Formats: sequence, structure tokens, C-alpha cells
Amino acid sequence: MILHGYIVPGRPLPLLAPEKNPHWAELRRGFEQAREEIKVSGADLILLYSTQWVNVIGHQIQGDPNPEWVHVDQDFHAFGTMPYQLRMDADFAKAFEAAGRGRGLFTRAVSYKGFPIDSGTIQALQLLNPDNALPACVVGCNMYADRAETIVLAKAAVDALKATGKKAVAVAVTALSNRVFPRMIDPKDDRLYSAKDDEWNRKLLEMLEDGRVEDVSQVIREFSQQASGDQRGRAFWWLSGVLGQHNGYAGKALAYGPLWGSGAAVVSLSPAPERNLSREFDEGEVETFGGERGVLAGGKTAEASAPAAAAAAPKPVSSGAIHTSAKKAPKAVGAYPHARRQGDFIFVSGIGPRQPETDEIPGGPVRNADGAPRDYDAAAQTKAVIENIKAILEDAGSSLDAIVDCQCFLIDMQRDFKAFNEVYRQYFEGIQATRTTVEVRALPTPIAVEMKVIAKA
Amino acid sequence: MSTGRIVAGALAPHPPHLVYAENPPQNEPRSEGGWEVLRWGYERLRKDLAKTDYDVILVHSPHWKTRTGNHLLAVPQLSGLSVDPIFPNLFRYTFDMKVDVELAKAIHAEGQARKLEMSLMENPEFRVDYGTIISCHLANPAWDKPIVAVSSNSTYFDFSNEMGQDEMARLGEATRAAIEQTGRKALLLASCSLSHRHFTTESELPEDMSKEHITHHGQYLWDMRVIELMKQGRTRELMDILPDFTEQAISETKDGSLAWLLAALDYPSFPAEVYGYGSVIGTGNAVVGWIQSIGTANVANSR
Repeated sequence: MILHGYIVPGRPLPLLAPEKNPHWAELRRGFEQAREEIKVSGADLILLYSTQWVNVIGHQIQGDPNPEWVHVDQDFHAFGTMPYQLRMDADFAKAFEAAGRGRGLFTRAVSYKGFPIDSGTIQALQLLNPDNALPACVVGCNMYADRAETIVLAKAAVDALKATGKKAVAVAVTALSNRVFPRMIDPKDDRLYSAKDDEWNRKLLEMLEDGRVEDVSQVIREFSQQASGDQRGRAFWWLSGVLGQHNGYAGKALAYGPLWGSGAAVVSLSPAPERNLSREFDEGEVETFGGERGVLAGGKTAEASAPAAAAAAPKPVSSGAIHTSAKKAPKAVGAYPHARRQGDFIFVSGIGPRQPETDEIPGGPVRNADGAPRDYDAAAQTKAVIENIKAILEDAGSSLDAIVDCQCFLIDMQRDFKAFNEVYRQYFEGIQATRTTVEVRALPTPIAVEMKVIAKA
Repeated sequence: MSTGRIVAGALAPHPPHLVYAENPPQNEPRSEGGWEVLRWGYERLRKDLAKTDYDVILVHSPHWKTRTGNHLLAVPQLSGLSVDPIFPNLFRYTFDMKVDVELAKAIHAEGQARKLEMSLMENPEFRVDYGTIISCHLANPAWDKPIVAVSSNSTYFDFSNEMGQDEMARLGEATRAAIEQTGRKALLLASCSLSHRHFTTESELPEDMSKEHITHHGQYLWDMRVIELMKQGRTRELMDILPDFTEQAISETKDGSLAWLLAALDYPSFPAEVYGYGSVIGTGNAVVGWIQSIGTANVANSR
């Protein structure tokens, strides 16, 4: 769950040179106030989205547990260096990646020595979490992502929090108005680039102080057009997404001022359920990302020309359908997905023991190629069924532990129930999902066991 | 007395995929190849450059983005590891380069004389951007010439493409004046693609060429129109349509590299040599050269 939300600026002047301008010093104090809030929040993770880590290919998530380098800002190199040693939650990055893929996004956890962490992320983590008391998870800003895709990314982050049981504070690194002085200025002369930008910023801050996070998300396009918003306001879409897309927050503008002409603010948002939770959706609810509808990527033609590779790649998902990679789960034998996300639950299709990619049946098939019955190992089949379900759920950001209900199908109750039941016990004794087991005359492939489950998303 | 001159200029795009595909020792990731037509284009460019006498490479890169004016590298030697933040799986390159600081300072002065906002980057810890490294590597893998790297000051493009382009043209004039004044024989590289709409997913095997094509046909048509003008030596006309191209083809020319190059070359009227064209993750890329000795000789022979 998300405990608090924060908006902080990315231009690194409060970190590098707070003494050079009173506004920069005030912003630094804003960071310090936020730091004190985070310290007592009970969070065990800082979840951060930075507009300064611009992505093109999907959504990258920092997966290096200990990024370390000496960074120099591309613009403000004369203000000094930014050495950093950060602490990232690599396991959470993996869970976020899996949850994103479960919602149809191209998410990728990256872990490379010397990866260039952006100035905004460094400033935020060094000022909000100077001793690395909390691990962080940082996700980049895809320059092509629209509001829907960015909100799906936010929902994937929430999925990952649910799956890992973590509590986080969410930090959006972004400018407000993003028009800057296109020249070197004397730092003491820094001010908002224009009165118009200042007025737009103040309007936005007024809404945020009123806790209207979702309203801001809905008006940010207009703001961006008028005040040259940072990455067209994507950070606000993401923040509202992780905060549940409603207006039930108490907001505090801890600092506001110019950073080289741009609008910079440190804003704290805390849940205030007693406030107005109503929301006015100007666009439809969105749960999954359906890709670019094949318009840009060549669509079905490209897929049809290379079916094996297409099957291996993450597939676009629509209306909650989850297609697990062919490397991880057996392919479906009909026009259905491996699973489907609906609300807070994942409904998994009937899954058998066939192995991903090979279709091999552990314990052997129940019939020979000529249709004659043959001996088989029901325990081995049951184990393979459960492992397949585990892979599907984990790929969708959930887990076996999250299963609440199982329906089990055996083709020969008298012969196989004992073996089936023992393997089931080994996996589910501690989970205590409800269960129904029935005998069926046949299953579509030569297998003896199939299971269908419902799990918490 | 001014003795310096620009001996060659090139449109030298910087997809990390091209370095990745050739497996040079400096780059850590290994590939099975890919994007051969563009890489062969660079080979042909290098052959022509080998016949050309130049002593410094100037490169204008969209991936050193500045919004506080035009910045120039001004540290004599820079080395380190460059990891592409967008394609870290493809490009993790150990670089070591010499910088012609005297020339950088001359451009700085010439820019200031033209009322441009100019800065020298003198922080020795600075990590050179991957666009600069890639274009320099592909044009001169021996790294035996000093470079001058110029940032992409994209701020004026926020107001309009015309304003941004005008600013870059003035920077190109300042660059030419500094080269002439310092007596350098210079190669200029505009490190940019043409049409620039990427795919937003990547094949499991990035060099799987069965997945590579231009993002959409409209971009291809625009790229061909621009290349045709280059081939015909109609670069002033190209400058006229460049704002529309930038807008409609979502072109990387929005970062100013091509306008800077053409202005520095004083809008060459001899035909450019198109060495190669191809798509990289959906974007349109051309390797194009304006080599004074070859281009002007061809014009003379055709008379």
C-alpha cells in the first residue's frame, strides 16, 4: 500500500547550491520536511518516478541493488559533482516488472554497473533518504506514454506492492511549469520565468493543497499546454494512479519557488478518507495496456511472420486478459487467455500439467498415440499443474499464496485421488484455499488432472 | 590570416544498435550483427574520410541536452564508461578521448560575439553523452583525432522550430568562423536521425532484422524527400522545409544538429553522397557526407 505521496523538483540546484538563492534554500527545507515525514511514516520502500529518466522502450525499472557513480549534470556542471551510492530494492523491481507485464506493459528491470542515474532521482533520494535507510525503486518516464498507459504503469506498481506486502511512499520527480531561462543567469536573480507560469503553478498547488490529486491528473494536459509542463504532466498521472485516482487527500505545499525559471514545489499528500472521495472520470477506466493497436509496430503481419518469436515476446493484453509467455506456461488449446484480471482478483483458466514450449506431460499421458489407455503418474501430473499455475500467477504479479479458491478435475477419482491429494497438501496446507474436486469423463488433452483457481491480484 | 576550413561534414546518426552490431572491443554487450546497410554506409563514409586530410572532429549531439545555452566540452582528456540509459542492454562503452580545448574556446568566443549564450564544460568528472561517442566511433573508430563536442541547446525549439533552427544556424556560423580563425581542418558530424518515431517494445533478440522497419510510411516519404534535396545539393531549400519535416516526421532534427551542420558548411550546393539509409527500431537514419574535395570535384567533372 501507499502511505503518502510527494511531488519534488528534479533540477538539482537545492542539492548542489542551496546557498546561492533563498528559493533554492526554501526548496531544500521542503525536502527536509518531507524527509522527516517519511522517516516516521512506517514505509519500507520509496517508490519513485522521474521525468528526467526518459524512456523510449517501454518502462525501465532500476534493478541494480547498489548503484554507485559520480554524476555531473548536463546543464549545471559548473555547480559541482553529485557522487552517489544508492540502495534499491532489486526484488521489488522484479515484482514490478512482472506486474507490468501482467497488465500488458513492456516493463524491464535493468541492472548495469555505471548506469547513469538521472539528476532528479539523485537529488530526491539524497535529500529524502540521505542515509539509505529505506530502499528505493525507481521507474522511468516513457516519452510516448499517454495518460492511460501511465496509469496502468501506476496500477502495476500497486500490484507489486500487494504481491510483496510492502508499504511505500510514492515520489514523483517533476517540475511544475517547465519554461526555463535559456541562458546562464546569476543564481540570485532566479525567478519564475513568467507571471503566467506562476499563476498556473499556484492554481495547481491550490488543488493539490485541497488534496484533489485526481482532479490535477485530469487537468494536467491543459496545464502542460499553457505552462510548458514537464513531460506533459506524466508524473501527475502516475502519482494519481498509485494513490488510487481519487481526491481524498490532505495536501501540504512544503515549498514553492523557481529553479532556473521553472516552477518547483515540494508537496506532501496524505490520505484523508473523510474528505471528498468523489471523482469525475473524463475518460474510461483503464486496467491494462493494449499496445499501440498494431498501427505502429506492423501488428498482426509482423506476428504472423515469426510466430515463435512473437509467442516468446510479451503479448498485448486487452480487457484484463493475461497471456503468459510461452516459455513459462503451456499454450492454451483454445481462444482463451491463461488468466484474466477482474477487480482485485485474477481468474486463472483451467490449467493442466503440459510443459511450456514442449507440451511434454510429466508422469506420462493417459493414452498412447493410438488412443489406448496407458499407465501414468498422477502425482507427477498434479505437481506440474500446480507449478504451471504458480508461474502464471507470478508472471501476473500474484502468487500461489494469494489463491482463495481451487476447482480440481480428475479423470479417475478412484485411481488418482490419493496421490493428487497428497501433492495438493504439500502446496496448499498453509494456504487454506477453498476447494472443490470432481471427476470428469475426459479432458481435452491426454492428461489426468486439471485445476482452475481464483487468486487475489 | 585565416587558414582553417571545414573539409567535410556528415549526417552521422547515433543509434547504439550500430556499435552493438559490430562488436568493437570497447563495447561490452555482444551481438550476432544486424543493421548491415547502415553499417556498410558508415564503412563507405570512412573510406572517403580516409582520403581527406582533417585534424579535428566536431560533433553536435542531441543527447547532450542543455537548456541553458550552447555548451562545449573543454576538458583536454575525458575517459570513462558510457551506459545508454535507454538501451543499456546494447551499449556499455569504455571511452577515452582527447578534446581540442583551444578550438572549443574559439567557438565559445565566436558564439558570444554573435550574442549566443555559450558555456564551457570544464568539469573533469563529466560523462560524455552516448550520442557523441557513437557518432565519433562510427566515423573514426581509431579515435586518433581530438574532438569538440557541442551540446544540443533545444530551448528555442520549445518556442518554435523556426526559432530553434535560426539559433542553430547562428551557432553553425560561429563554428565555421572559429575553425577558420584557428587554422583547423575540421570534420563536422551532425549526430542525428531523420524521422524519429521509435517502436516502444523491443524484440527478444534486438538484432532480429525480421522485426526492423520504418515506423510508418509517412515518415519514409518525408525521409526520402529530405534525402533527395541533399543529393541534389539543394540545402537552402532543405532548410526552408526543415521546420515542417521536424514537426511532421517527429524528427530528431528538433535537436538542431542538422541545421548547425548545414549552416557551418554554408549550405553546400554540391550533391551530397548518400552512403546508406535504414531504420533502427523504427526511426529513419541516413549516413550522408558533404566532402569538399570529392563533392566539388564531381561538380567540376560534370560541367
